[in-house]
Amino acid sequence: MSVAADMLSWACLLAGGAFCIIGAVGLLRMPDLYTRMHAASVTDTLGAGLILVGLMFQAGLSQVTGKLLVILVLLLFTNPAATHALAKAALARKVRPLLENPGEAPSKS
Amino acid sequence: MFAVTALALLVTLALALVRALRGPTVFDRVLAANSIGTVAVLLLSVIGFLGGRPEFLDLAIVYALLNVVGTIAVLKFFEFGSLGDPLEKPEGE
Repeated sequence: MSVAADMLSWACLLAGGAFCIIGAVGLLRMPDLYTRMHAASVTDTLGAGLILVGLMFQAGLSQVTGKLLVILVLLLFTNPAATHALAKAALARKVRPLLENPGEAPSKS
Repeated sequence: MFAVTALALLVTLALALVRALRGPTVFDRVLAANSIGTVAVLLLSVIGFLGGRPEFLDLAIVYALLNVVGTIAVLKFFEFGSLGDPLEKPEGE
């Protein structure tokens, strides 16, 4: 395996892991549901994308890379749809965003 | 290298679990469950590479599909109060 591909996959994997953790920390620290959704999507898009690309570099041109591509495309298509459905369900169930009326200062919940 | 990534994914899993336990509304829990599903797909792929077994990627594909379908079903239940009649207006509106 050429050294360049190895180093590149190392960088992608570590960056992907870091973005996954950043997304998860955002999931915890964000004040209300809709901002948490924004934070969780960091894990879904960048974290998953970088990790899968890093694995693709490891696998080189083979069937395994094809499967990794399928997973990547699957995640990138279905996660936004699931997040949209979540927002729609939450709004239908009267979960109000924190900054709905920008005038008043949000209480530290 | 894979071990480091798997460790990062495990930390993400733990943080998402904390959100699942703490989440005030039920939709926070559904969001955390969706996140846990995605991280599980990634963990499956990384461990497949760690153990040198490419079959794990097939599991990851199936699990990604299951995760989304499950999330949509749970959301439909919470939004319409029941999975049965799609035509009835949810009481919220």
